[in-house]
Amino acid sequence: MHIRMWAAALAIGMSIWAVAGAGELSGWIAVEGRGFLNDPLHRGQDRDNASIAAQPEYYHAWENGSSFTFVPFGRLDTADSRRTHADIRELNYMYRQDNWFFRVGVGKVFWGATEFVHLVDIINQTDLIEHIDGEDKLGQPMAEFSISPSWGTIDFLLLPYFRERTFPGRRGRLRTSRVVDLDDVIYESSSKENNIDVALRYSNTLGGADFGVYVFRGTSRDPLLATPDLVPPELIDPEDLDDYKLIPFYEQINQFGADLQYASGNWLWKLEAYFRNGFFQDYFAATGGFEYTFVGIGGSNADMGLLCEYAYNDRDDGGQTIFQNDLFFGVRLSPNDAASTHLLAGLGQDTEHSENALSIEASRRFGANWRLILDAWFFLDTTSGSVLNELRRDDFARLELAYYF
Amino acid sequence: MKDTSRARIMMVVGLVVVAAADRSAAAEPSAEERGLAIATEADRRESGYGDSTASLHMVLRNKQGQTSERELRIRTLETENDGTKSLCIFDTPADVKGTILLTHTHKEAEDDQWLFLPALRRIRRIAAQNKSGSFMGSEFSYEDIAAQELAKYTYRWLRDEAYDGNDCYVIERTPVDKANSGYSRQVAWLDKAHYRTWKVEYYDRKNERLKTLTFKGYRQYVDRFWRARQMDMVNHQTGKSTTLTWSDFTFGTGLKEIDFDRHSLTLLR
Repeated sequence: MHIRMWAAALAIGMSIWAVAGAGELSGWIAVEGRGFLNDPLHRGQDRDNASIAAQPEYYHAWENGSSFTFVPFGRLDTADSRRTHADIRELNYMYRQDNWFFRVGVGKVFWGATEFVHLVDIINQTDLIEHIDGEDKLGQPMAEFSISPSWGTIDFLLLPYFRERTFPGRRGRLRTSRVVDLDDVIYESSSKENNIDVALRYSNTLGGADFGVYVFRGTSRDPLLATPDLVPPELIDPEDLDDYKLIPFYEQINQFGADLQYASGNWLWKLEAYFRNGFFQDYFAATGGFEYTFVGIGGSNADMGLLCEYAYNDRDDGGQTIFQNDLFFGVRLSPNDAASTHLLAGLGQDTEHSENALSIEASRRFGANWRLILDAWFFLDTTSGSVLNELRRDDFARLELAYYF
Repeated sequence: MKDTSRARIMMVVGLVVVAAADRSAAAEPSAEERGLAIATEADRRESGYGDSTASLHMVLRNKQGQTSERELRIRTLETENDGTKSLCIFDTPADVKGTILLTHTHKEAEDDQWLFLPALRRIRRIAAQNKSGSFMGSEFSYEDIAAQELAKYTYRWLRDEAYDGNDCYVIERTPVDKANSGYSRQVAWLDKAHYRTWKVEYYDRKNERLKTLTFKGYRQYVDRFWRARQMDMVNHQTGKSTTLTWSDFTFGTGLKEIDFDRHSLTLLR
């Protein structure tokens, strides 16, 4: 069913492209290699992988305020058959007048402020198999209406179809010992993925502060991963453990979220928080912190930002939430050179358990069209029973060379 | 209605100039008074354009002569009583295509600045006091490209001097917010005929000459506003330089405040 739906969407995209003709074509194509420092922990995993991916973008605007956007995406991976996947990131028609617009089709919306944990961003599902940083998102079918009177902006979104989170397959790294089952998904809603979700958001800028508050009602984007078997995992022969699967359970939630960015001098303050009313319990989560920028360090053009954020979550879910009480420290380096070099290093430290992880992301441009991206993740210290513990042998470095057109 | 309030602002500015002139009739004006009067007149002549759009081609050159290029589109809107709003939309290099920088300058308060990152559909606020930071790796800093608000400097007339065949005033500008400016002072050459800037020398915090900006190819638009076609910034300390070539200046395009709203960033191309 849903393969047919995506094929139809692709056909619609291609035909509008053909009919609209001259528009703007841009995008990227990239090769990627991921090398892991250690042999895999779980049975069936390949050690390293290479892949190729592309994301063209077609855009056409008409004089009357209408526009059309089409962004397909695809990746071929040598190891994980689930990472070989395609998606329609965007396929939408927008009609815009002075202070209002509506958009229908597949779209992408980001809400949030913080750097390390993205709590309140809820419209698009995470394409987790792309990258464990969770910043890649799947296209979300939507109808959006937005109006900006003098006192702020109101967005209303109707989300008629739910996208399941992607998870690594048996041969993929960066997964739990049990593979997440994508065939036996459980929904609280009897309409399953056809449950109609709604979101209403108000946002505004006052002085140095940008803020937004919203309410979301519908299917949670974060699945709870359940073990379907009755046998307690500690009684299962570790050799057989991999054959058991985790079943994603998507509950219905009411979520009240808020985000804030406030700039003053060289300080940038960020806050995200939500209260969620779900199937099992009600809970609260928040993350916030600051970024302080040193401009022109040592008389050079380079800027250095120091980041500190804290993430809190009071959900009691047997350790499935990675960020329950964690501190993050980061350094952002921008030499402000012609190659637009960037570096961001972050260290996450669990304040309750001796768990920490380090990530480094750096990139620079070569020539006018190439960009080289290096990122590396190290799971330095993990405690047994946690999600991170399952990744303890997955320290990796990823090198990506992308051609932009 | 907008036009009348703009006219009102200009009248007020005019009165200030007249008042300054009145005082100077009594006694020889001080260098500070003359400097302020020249800057105020230049600002008055620059005001009232409403809105404008332009295309910008940047060439960055390093000491070895290697170049790298950027193309962007600039949209600017004067507001009725508080500074200027501007959008810089990046078209090349391809990896930053669609990135947008939105700036709201204020007459006195801290400027507001946002960066839209298209890949993540994310709007990041920039700690706007990063004025001295390089704009896109060029020799222009944010404070060089932002609209110059009159009240953000103090002024001093230095001398009159011919520059490139034009009879010029030479004035010194000192930033009020010294802590966040990359400069201790700037020296600018403005011609007496039209108050157009021809050259600016920038002095770093140690008061050593850091950069020189020169303007070429002035042309008048809508019978009133002068715009230079080419701007060259040379960094004397690093040997790097940046050339800005402007084209497609258009005035009165009908841009509105809502087009410069933070929320609109996600909708622009």
